[in-house]
Amino acid sequence: MKCEEMLALLNEYVDGTVDPALCAEFERHMAGCNPCQVVVDNIRQTIRLYQDGQPYDLPAPFRDRLHSALRERWKQQSANPPG
Amino acid sequence: MNDDATTELSDDALIRHARAGDLEAFEALVARYERQVYTLVLRIVRQEQDAQDVTQQTFISALEHLGGFRQEATFATWLFRIATHAALKILRKRKGLNTISFEEATEAQPDRDGLPHPEFIADWKQSPAELVTRHETQRLLEEALAQLDDKHRLVFLLRDVEGLSVKETAAALALSEANVKVRLLRARLQLREGLTRQFGDEARRVFSGHQH
Repeated sequence: MKCEEMLALLNEYVDGTVDPALCAEFERHMAGCNPCQVVVDNIRQTIRLYQDGQPYDLPAPFRDRLHSALRERWKQQSANPPG
Repeated sequence: MNDDATTELSDDALIRHARAGDLEAFEALVARYERQVYTLVLRIVRQEQDAQDVTQQTFISALEHLGGFRQEATFATWLFRIATHAALKILRKRKGLNTISFEEATEAQPDRDGLPHPEFIADWKQSPAELVTRHETQRLLEEALAQLDDKHRLVFLLRDVEGLSVKETAAALALSEANVKVRLLRARLQLREGLTRQFGDEARRVFSGHQH
Protein backbone atom coordinates (compact mmCIF):
# COMPACT_ATOMS: atom_id res chain seq x y z
CA MET A 1 0.00 0.00 0.00
CA LYS A 2 1.28 3.47 -0.92
CA CYS A 3 0.94 6.67 1.10
CA GLU A 4 -1.51 7.97 -1.51
CA GLU A 5 -3.80 4.97 -0.95
CA MET A 6 -3.48 5.47 2.79
CA LEU A 7 -4.76 9.00 2.41
CA ALA A 8 -7.89 7.81 0.61
CA LEU A 9 -8.66 5.36 3.44
CA LEU A 10 -7.84 7.74 6.26
CA ASN A 11 -11.46 8.54 7.22
CA GLU A 12 -12.50 4.92 7.39
CA TYR A 13 -9.42 4.02 9.40
CA VAL A 14 -9.81 6.84 11.90
CA ASP A 15 -13.56 6.16 12.25
CA GLY A 16 -12.94 2.43 12.66
CA THR A 17 -15.09 1.51 9.66
CA VAL A 18 -12.38 0.23 7.34
CA ASP A 19 -12.65 -3.28 5.95
CA PRO A 20 -10.59 -5.62 8.22
CA ALA A 21 -8.33 -6.85 5.43
CA LEU A 22 -7.54 -3.30 4.36
CA CYS A 23 -7.11 -2.31 7.98
CA ALA A 24 -4.32 -4.86 8.42
CA GLU A 25 -2.65 -3.56 5.26
CA PHE A 26 -3.05 -0.01 6.51
CA GLU A 27 -1.36 -0.88 9.78
CA ARG A 28 1.47 -2.73 8.06
CA HIS A 29 2.14 0.38 6.00
CA MET A 30 2.05 2.62 9.06
CA ALA A 31 4.48 0.41 10.97
CA GLY A 32 7.10 1.21 8.32
CA CYS A 33 6.10 4.78 7.53
CA ASN A 34 6.59 7.32 10.29
CA PRO A 35 5.10 10.30 8.38
CA CYS A 36 1.83 8.38 7.85
CA GLN A 37 1.77 7.40 11.53
CA VAL A 38 2.14 11.03 12.55
CA VAL A 39 -0.54 12.19 10.09
CA VAL A 40 -3.03 9.66 11.49
CA ASP A 41 -2.15 10.77 15.00
CA ASN A 42 -2.51 14.46 14.06
CA ILE A 43 -5.93 13.83 12.49
CA ARG A 44 -7.16 12.05 15.62
CA GLN A 45 -5.90 14.92 17.80
CA THR A 46 -7.56 17.47 15.50
CA ILE A 47 -10.97 15.77 15.77
CA ARG A 48 -10.57 15.29 19.51
CA LEU A 49 -9.69 18.94 20.08
CA TYR A 50 -12.86 20.13 18.34
CA GLN A 51 -15.01 17.55 20.11
CA ASP A 52 -13.65 18.48 23.53
CA GLY A 53 -14.18 22.21 23.06
CA GLN A 54 -17.11 23.68 25.00
CA PRO A 55 -19.95 25.39 23.13
CA TYR A 56 -20.33 29.14 23.57
CA ASP A 57 -22.79 30.72 25.97
CA LEU A 58 -25.55 32.78 24.44
CA PRO A 59 -25.13 36.49 25.11
CA ALA A 60 -27.46 37.11 28.09
CA PRO A 61 -29.71 39.71 26.40
CA PHE A 62 -30.17 37.38 23.43
CA ARG A 63 -31.00 34.45 25.71
CA ASP A 64 -33.71 36.53 27.42
CA ARG A 65 -35.14 37.60 24.05
CA LEU A 66 -35.09 34.02 22.77
CA HIS A 67 -36.96 32.62 25.74
CA SER A 68 -39.57 35.37 25.78
CA ALA A 69 -40.14 34.93 22.02
CA LEU A 70 -40.64 31.21 22.60
CA ARG A 71 -43.09 31.78 25.46
CA GLU A 72 -45.03 34.21 23.28
CA ARG A 73 -45.18 31.76 20.37
CA TRP A 74 -46.17 28.96 22.75
CA LYS A 75 -49.11 31.00 24.03
CA GLN A 76 -50.29 31.77 20.49
CA GLN A 77 -50.01 28.13 19.53
CA SER A 78 -51.88 26.99 22.66
CA ALA A 79 -54.65 29.49 21.89
CA ASN A 80 -54.92 28.22 18.29
CA PRO A 81 -53.75 24.62 18.26
CA PRO A 82 -52.98 23.30 14.76
CA GLY A 83 -55.60 21.17 13.07
CA MET B 1 -42.58 21.01 36.76
CA ASN B 2 -39.81 22.78 38.62
CA ASP B 3 -36.23 23.13 37.34
CA ASP B 4 -34.88 20.22 39.34
CA ALA B 5 -37.52 17.92 37.94
CA THR B 6 -36.92 18.94 34.33
CA THR B 7 -33.12 18.77 34.35
CA GLU B 8 -33.22 15.11 35.32
CA LEU B 9 -35.66 14.02 32.62
CA SER B 10 -34.54 12.46 29.35
CA ASP B 11 -35.15 14.27 26.07
CA ASP B 12 -37.92 11.80 25.24
CA ALA B 13 -39.71 12.46 28.52
CA LEU B 14 -39.41 16.23 28.08
CA ILE B 15 -40.76 15.96 24.53
CA ARG B 16 -43.76 13.99 25.80
CA HIS B 17 -44.47 16.62 28.47
CA ALA B 18 -44.00 19.46 25.98
CA ARG B 19 -46.39 17.83 23.52
CA ALA B 20 -48.91 17.55 26.33
CA GLY B 21 -48.71 21.33 26.71
CA ASP B 22 -45.99 21.79 29.32
CA LEU B 23 -44.05 24.95 28.40
CA GLU B 24 -41.46 24.40 31.12
CA ALA B 25 -40.57 21.04 29.63
CA PHE B 26 -40.07 22.70 26.24
CA GLU B 27 -37.93 25.43 27.80
CA ALA B 28 -35.83 22.78 29.52
CA LEU B 29 -35.17 21.21 26.12
CA VAL B 30 -34.20 24.60 24.73
CA ALA B 31 -31.89 25.25 27.70
CA ARG B 32 -30.28 21.86 27.13
CA TYR B 33 -29.39 22.51 23.48
CA GLU B 34 -29.32 26.29 22.97
CA ARG B 35 -25.56 26.60 23.41
CA GLN B 36 -24.79 23.80 20.98
CA VAL B 37 -27.20 25.13 18.37
CA TYR B 38 -25.93 28.70 18.75
CA THR B 39 -22.28 27.58 18.49
CA LEU B 40 -22.97 25.45 15.41
CA VAL B 41 -24.86 28.26 13.72
CA LEU B 42 -22.27 30.89 14.64
CA ARG B 43 -19.59 28.73 13.06
CA ILE B 44 -21.64 28.34 9.88
CA VAL B 45 -22.77 31.94 9.36
CA ARG B 46 -19.82 33.60 11.19
CA GLN B 47 -21.78 36.71 12.05
CA GLU B 48 -23.30 37.36 15.46
CA GLN B 49 -26.63 38.91 14.46
CA ASP B 50 -27.31 36.24 11.83
CA ALA B 51 -26.37 33.55 14.35
CA GLN B 52 -28.90 34.91 16.85
CA ASP B 53 -31.62 35.14 14.18
CA VAL B 54 -30.99 31.58 13.00
CA THR B 55 -30.87 30.22 16.56
CA GLN B 56 -34.21 31.83 17.32
CA GLN B 57 -35.76 30.58 14.06
CA THR B 58 -34.51 27.09 14.87
CA PHE B 59 -36.24 26.90 18.25
CA ILE B 60 -39.43 28.61 17.00
CA SER B 61 -39.53 26.05 14.21
CA ALA B 62 -38.91 23.23 16.70
CA LEU B 63 -41.77 24.54 18.83
CA GLU B 64 -44.11 24.67 15.84
CA HIS B 65 -43.16 21.23 14.55
CA LEU B 66 -42.68 19.34 17.78
CA GLY B 67 -45.72 17.24 16.95
CA GLY B 68 -44.03 16.14 13.72
CA PHE B 69 -40.79 14.99 15.38
CA ARG B 70 -40.75 11.25 14.71
CA GLN B 71 -37.88 10.15 16.92
CA GLU B 72 -36.17 8.38 14.01
CA ALA B 73 -33.25 10.67 14.83
CA THR B 74 -32.31 12.03 18.23
CA PHE B 75 -33.83 15.35 19.23
CA ALA B 76 -30.36 16.95 18.94
CA THR B 77 -29.90 15.69 15.38
CA TRP B 78 -33.35 16.95 14.47
CA LEU B 79 -32.50 20.41 15.89
CA PHE B 80 -29.14 20.51 14.08
CA ARG B 81 -30.92 19.74 10.81
CA ILE B 82 -33.38 22.59 11.31
CA ALA B 83 -30.54 24.93 12.29
CA THR B 84 -28.41 23.92 9.30
CA HIS B 85 -31.28 24.54 6.87
CA ALA B 86 -31.87 28.00 8.32
CA ALA B 87 -28.15 28.82 8.32
CA LEU B 88 -27.78 27.67 4.71
CA LYS B 89 -30.55 30.04 3.69
CA ILE B 90 -28.45 32.90 5.06
CA LEU B 91 -25.34 31.72 3.22
CA ARG B 92 -27.27 31.39 -0.02
CA LYS B 93 -28.79 34.85 0.34
CA ARG B 94 -25.35 36.33 0.88
CA LYS B 95 -24.07 34.69 -2.25
CA GLY B 96 -27.10 35.82 -4.22
CA LEU B 97 -28.04 32.25 -4.88
CA ASN B 98 -31.49 32.48 -3.35
CA THR B 99 -33.15 31.60 -6.65
CA ILE B 100 -31.50 28.22 -7.03
CA SER B 101 -32.49 25.06 -5.28
CA PHE B 102 -31.05 23.71 -2.06
CA GLU B 103 -29.53 20.72 -3.86
CA GLU B 104 -27.80 22.89 -6.43
CA ALA B 105 -26.40 25.19 -3.79
CA THR B 106 -24.89 22.41 -1.77
CA GLU B 107 -23.88 19.91 -4.43
CA ALA B 108 -22.84 22.36 -7.15
CA GLN B 109 -19.20 21.37 -7.28
CA PRO B 110 -18.47 17.77 -6.47
CA ASP B 111 -14.89 17.21 -5.39
CA ARG B 112 -13.05 15.54 -8.19
CA ASP B 113 -9.56 16.90 -7.67
CA GLY B 114 -6.86 14.93 -5.92
CA LEU B 115 -6.55 15.14 -2.16
CA PRO B 116 -4.29 17.77 -0.62
CA HIS B 117 -1.05 16.15 0.55
CA PRO B 118 0.03 16.64 4.15
CA GLU B 119 2.98 19.06 4.19
CA PHE B 120 3.72 19.99 7.77
CA ILE B 121 3.97 16.66 9.60
CA ALA B 122 5.05 16.72 13.25
CA ASP B 123 3.98 15.41 16.61
CA TRP B 124 2.15 18.02 18.63
CA LYS B 125 3.89 19.65 21.57
CA GLN B 126 0.88 19.11 23.83
CA SER B 127 -1.99 16.67 23.96
CA PRO B 128 -5.52 17.79 23.02
CA ALA B 129 -6.47 17.48 26.70
CA GLU B 130 -3.77 20.02 27.60
CA LEU B 131 -4.45 22.26 24.62
CA VAL B 132 -8.17 22.51 25.29
CA THR B 133 -7.48 24.23 28.61
CA ARG B 134 -5.39 26.97 26.97
CA HIS B 135 -7.29 30.15 26.27
CA GLU B 136 -5.73 30.85 22.86
CA THR B 137 -6.55 27.34 21.62
CA GLN B 138 -10.20 28.26 21.07
CA ARG B 139 -9.22 31.22 18.90
CA LEU B 140 -6.84 29.05 16.84
CA LEU B 141 -9.54 26.39 16.38
CA GLU B 142 -12.03 28.99 15.16
CA GLU B 143 -9.46 30.50 12.80
CA ALA B 144 -8.66 27.11 11.31
CA LEU B 145 -12.38 26.41 10.82
CA ALA B 146 -12.90 29.79 9.18
CA GLN B 147 -10.23 28.89 6.60
CA LEU B 148 -12.35 26.05 5.27
CA ASP B 149 -14.79 26.48 2.38
CA ASP B 150 -18.41 26.52 3.52
CA LYS B 151 -19.05 23.10 2.02
CA HIS B 152 -16.17 21.50 3.88
CA ARG B 153 -16.83 23.33 7.16
CA LEU B 154 -20.50 22.29 7.19
CA VAL B 155 -19.67 18.61 6.82
CA PHE B 156 -16.97 18.71 9.50
CA LEU B 157 -19.23 20.55 11.97
CA LEU B 158 -22.13 18.15 11.58
CA ARG B 159 -20.16 14.92 11.40
CA ASP B 160 -17.18 15.45 13.71
CA VAL B 161 -18.29 18.19 16.09
CA GLU B 162 -21.99 17.38 16.49
CA GLY B 163 -21.55 13.66 15.97
CA LEU B 164 -24.11 13.03 13.22
CA SER B 165 -23.56 9.86 11.21
CA VAL B 166 -22.43 10.10 7.58
CA LYS B 167 -25.99 9.23 6.57
CA GLU B 168 -27.53 11.91 8.80
CA THR B 169 -25.01 14.50 7.59
CA ALA B 170 -25.83 13.60 3.99
CA ALA B 171 -29.55 13.98 4.69
CA ALA B 172 -29.12 17.31 6.50
CA LEU B 173 -27.14 18.79 3.61
CA ALA B 174 -28.97 17.03 0.76
CA LEU B 175 -25.69 15.47 -0.36
CA SER B 176 -24.76 11.94 -1.33
CA GLU B 177 -22.94 9.93 1.33
CA ALA B 178 -19.96 9.62 -1.02
CA ASN B 179 -19.77 13.39 -1.29
CA VAL B 180 -19.98 13.77 2.50
CA LYS B 181 -17.04 11.39 2.90
CA VAL B 182 -14.86 13.22 0.40
CA ARG B 183 -15.66 16.61 1.91
CA LEU B 184 -15.04 15.31 5.41
CA LEU B 185 -11.64 13.96 4.42
CA ARG B 186 -10.67 17.30 2.85
CA ALA B 187 -11.87 19.18 5.91
CA ARG B 188 -9.96 16.92 8.28
CA LEU B 189 -6.77 17.13 6.21
CA GLN B 190 -6.97 20.89 5.93
CA LEU B 191 -7.63 21.35 9.65
CA ARG B 192 -4.82 18.93 10.49
CA GLU B 193 -2.45 20.95 8.32
CA GLY B 194 -3.43 24.26 9.91
CA LEU B 195 -3.41 23.03 13.48
CA THR B 196 -0.14 21.13 13.12
CA ARG B 197 1.50 24.35 11.91
CA GLN B 198 0.29 25.90 15.20
CA PHE B 199 0.72 23.04 17.63
CA GLY B 200 3.36 20.88 15.94
CA ASP B 201 6.82 20.55 17.41
CA GLU B 202 9.19 21.97 14.78
CA ALA B 203 12.06 19.97 16.33
CA ARG B 204 10.15 16.75 15.67
CA ARG B 205 9.01 17.60 12.19
CA VAL B 206 9.00 14.56 9.91
CA PHE B 207 10.04 14.78 6.30
CA SER B 208 9.24 12.03 3.86
CA GLY B 209 11.39 11.23 0.87
CA HIS B 210 8.28 10.79 -1.23
CA GLN B 211 5.08 12.73 -1.61
CA HIS B 212 2.47 12.24 1.10
